[in-house]
Amino acid sequence: MTAAATPAISPPTGEQSGVRLARSRRNSELSLLLLAMVLVAAYQATIEATLLDTVTSDFWVPAAALTAVFLGVHVVVRFLAPFADPALLPAVALLNGIGVGFLRRLDLDDAAPADRADLATFAGIGGRQLLWTLISVLLAAGLLVLMRDHRSVSRYAYTLGLAGIVLVMIPAVLPARFSEINGAKLWIRVGSFSIQPGEFAKLALLVFFAYYLVRKREVLSLASRRFLGIDFPRGRDLGPVLVVWAISLMVLIFQKDLGTSLLYFGMFVVTLYIATERVSWLLIGLMLFFVGAYMAYVLGSTVGGPFANFYVRAEIWLDPFADPTDKGYQLVQGLLALGTGGLFGAGPGGGEPGILPEVQNDFIFAGIGEEIGLFGLSALLIVYLLIVERGLRAALAVRDSFGKLLAGGLSFTIGLQVFVIVGGISGLIPLTGQTTPFLSAGGSSLMANWLIIAVLLRVSDAARRPVASGGGGPAARPGGGPPQQLHGAPTEVIRP
Amino acid sequence: MNAPLRRVGVVVMVLFGLLFANLNWVQAYKADEYRTSDYNGRVQVAEYDRRRGNIEAGGTALATSKATEGNLKYLRTYPAGAQYAHAIGYKPVNLGDTGIERLENEFLAGTSDQLIANRVKDMFTGDESGGGNVLLSLSRQAQKAAYDGLRNNRNGASRGAAIALDPRTGAVQALVSMPSFDPNPLASHDSREASAAYNKYEQDPEGPLKNRALSETLPPGSTFKMVVAAAALENGVTPQTRIPAGSSWRAASGGNTITNAAPSICPQSEVTLLKAVTDSCNTGFAQLGVRLGADTIKEKARQFGFEQDDLTVGQLGEGGHRVAASRTGDIQNPDGSTDEAALGQSSIGQRDVRMTPLQGALIAGAIANGGAQMRPYLVRQLLAPDRTTTYYTAKPRELRQPVSSQVAGDLRDMMVNVVREGTGRNAAFNGYTVGGKTGTAQSAEDRQDHGWFIGFALDRDGNPVSAVCVVLEEAGDGGSAEAARIAGQIMRAAVTDAGGR
Repeated sequence: MTAAATPAISPPTGEQSGVRLARSRRNSELSLLLLAMVLVAAYQATIEATLLDTVTSDFWVPAAALTAVFLGVHVVVRFLAPFADPALLPAVALLNGIGVGFLRRLDLDDAAPADRADLATFAGIGGRQLLWTLISVLLAAGLLVLMRDHRSVSRYAYTLGLAGIVLVMIPAVLPARFSEINGAKLWIRVGSFSIQPGEFAKLALLVFFAYYLVRKREVLSLASRRFLGIDFPRGRDLGPVLVVWAISLMVLIFQKDLGTSLLYFGMFVVTLYIATERVSWLLIGLMLFFVGAYMAYVLGSTVGGPFANFYVRAEIWLDPFADPTDKGYQLVQGLLALGTGGLFGAGPGGGEPGILPEVQNDFIFAGIGEEIGLFGLSALLIVYLLIVERGLRAALAVRDSFGKLLAGGLSFTIGLQVFVIVGGISGLIPLTGQTTPFLSAGGSSLMANWLIIAVLLRVSDAARRPVASGGGGPAARPGGGPPQQLHGAPTEVIRP
Repeated sequence: MNAPLRRVGVVVMVLFGLLFANLNWVQAYKADEYRTSDYNGRVQVAEYDRRRGNIEAGGTALATSKATEGNLKYLRTYPAGAQYAHAIGYKPVNLGDTGIERLENEFLAGTSDQLIANRVKDMFTGDESGGGNVLLSLSRQAQKAAYDGLRNNRNGASRGAAIALDPRTGAVQALVSMPSFDPNPLASHDSREASAAYNKYEQDPEGPLKNRALSETLPPGSTFKMVVAAAALENGVTPQTRIPAGSSWRAASGGNTITNAAPSICPQSEVTLLKAVTDSCNTGFAQLGVRLGADTIKEKARQFGFEQDDLTVGQLGEGGHRVAASRTGDIQNPDGSTDEAALGQSSIGQRDVRMTPLQGALIAGAIANGGAQMRPYLVRQLLAPDRTTTYYTAKPRELRQPVSSQVAGDLRDMMVNVVREGTGRNAAFNGYTVGGKTGTAQSAEDRQDHGWFIGFALDRDGNPVSAVCVVLEEAGDGGSAEAARIAGQIMRAAVTDAGGR
């Protein structure tokens, strides 16, 4: 990586720009964060006004609790990652706050009309989500404290890779009663407590991918055969891709989950592409995925068995109204909720989310969409897009290959996950059970996604930190050192 | 690595662009369709917030709404159960609504434009008056006679239909399809129960959901002879004209031999038209049809209402139950020339001739009413939720004039003779002059014959008071006589039901 290849914010062209470069923009983050929290409070007030015909005197308590928690992260960032991207935290906080608000709104709907005004802050799924947010944010802050340099995690790459695979496989291996919820074996269930290990596996696997690819990118990108004008990799280098492809297909077949499978595979192929700069990897990846999905579809229609679930989902997607009261019920109800919302929505609290199945989870985007309409959903999509693009910007700006791969892969994963679930509930692609990042109820998803944000914050801090910080940043880097010393990883080769 | 990272950024934007485009499709383009979809529970929650109006006949509620404790505040119930199921239809929560429940949905729900003043008044007074009421033309006695008559028919037929109407107005007096079904489970708020009931009815091989009186077309058999007779009377034949008959007839070009139902029927080489109608002489009508020609018969049938595929029975001219088209079929060879064998068979209501029970009643009604066929209707009146204001009263309309009053008179007299001394004696009842025509139609090689009766009743002053059509599917021997008996009972109930209308 040369200076010329780094993005526009970093070229040290003069003293003045150097000064500008050194600006941490923490106050921007703070004001954006407060703005996001005002929006969340307004959202909750609107919900109460609609549902209770009055705004209770303590409507602001959940918003205030969230604000306190997020301000805590902000302080951690201010001291431990002062040059982190200032838009990431407020964007995530806004989504998380709206998620908590909407889940609390579901609780209000469920409660008897007389009890609604007295609903406790930590009651119901909204209260639990608030609690999960607290825990997740603590975890994220903890990660920021422990990981002063993102490159330090590369030491644990193989451990994390193994852990990732184990996490993915546990639900598949466990008997269905410990792992199956709504037909997808994605969980570890103990009593009433359940976690979705796959959410954490995303992060662990990506660290491994990034590390592995940084080491192998030379051979993957240079040793190739040219065919039809495209450079194709050597057969033996395909090994790891095929392994991940096989794992994804196993997830698809044994855990009955197309979404997660698509997520892992897309994540890997894209990091591979970023590492090697070879379009052929993308083509091979896409081809493998579509061939795999098509085969699963054909096998599902003929053989059935483990493939039947995917076949049924594909059939529902092709025509949800063919069986609107049974198989197509969820998707049809999601579409009807979105359609009823129309352009402007019924207003927060004005919809009928109780009709929607899984509205606190897979269908939260449809439930929210009924109330805030196309305009509101577009705004939410833009917030997601902002998170993804800010993450990619950090990847562009950071100087080491590992950080680029890590941030690029994680950002893309968030974007892909949003695409998979929102596309699923709106009928763009076959519906698969995925959580909507930061919105869906559930601790696993929230914790894992907040950890991802912590990593992105850390990478963006490294990216925007002045190169020759003579006075030294406020944080000493224990595992620091020049990027080139990353476990003997080869230096960047500039390709013509 | 930056070039691919930038491209990944573009890919994510494209993916989000797709999401945005698709949300536009769902939330803008398809929004209205989804908002009003039958599967959209929001529509129902709002719809069930207001008490839906009654559907009534003869002062009795046939469909009414009861308050519940559930999420949907009112439950639709049908106190008369299966008896009126085909006449009024049903209103389920998640499935499609049918019949009068569908036709008058907005008025019953109180959302119709006609009721806007009512809603405004409710807004000021704070009352919750609910939807409007629909009054049907049905006679409760006639409906009961038709329902019981069909169900307890002595031939043990399991399928059939009966329809009666007032020939002077077109008001439907009875409308029954057998087998029927109980609409109450379909209206259940438990969508699984409703679906299960629907699937059970739907999969029943006897087809209880089918409205046979309006949508089932069957070969009409000898009842179709009234159409041929009408054509003959318009072409120089009188009831006393002697027409060729015989114990059997076969077209010159070949084909099946046509015989009579019994050797005693018109074995002579010639009989009068009156005698041919009275005894239902097949050989006479086959030859009469051949003499008149296929075009004449098809045209006459069309004038009686055959081939009409857009007739509805509900509010006059405003839709309702759809009526299947009755057909005469192609009566020609592949080269376009008339197929005489087919024409002979068509003239006695076989071959490809198909008729709905309603069409049979319309033929009988037009004949009884001096040639004027009135448009059939079920909705007599629309009443405000508080029953003070009438928003609509049916004004009977003539549908068409198939025959002149002269020809109608001759046909009527011949049909009266059928009941007096011919095949339709079972339809007679005291105090009224009853006319009719029986029909026995072969359905398939290995199946029993369908029994038909179309007829009418005239009061002492000669005014037509009821026209009826009864069909018993695969009823076998004596099916038409049994149909005539049931028809007589329906008409007797209709004319004696003073309070019914």
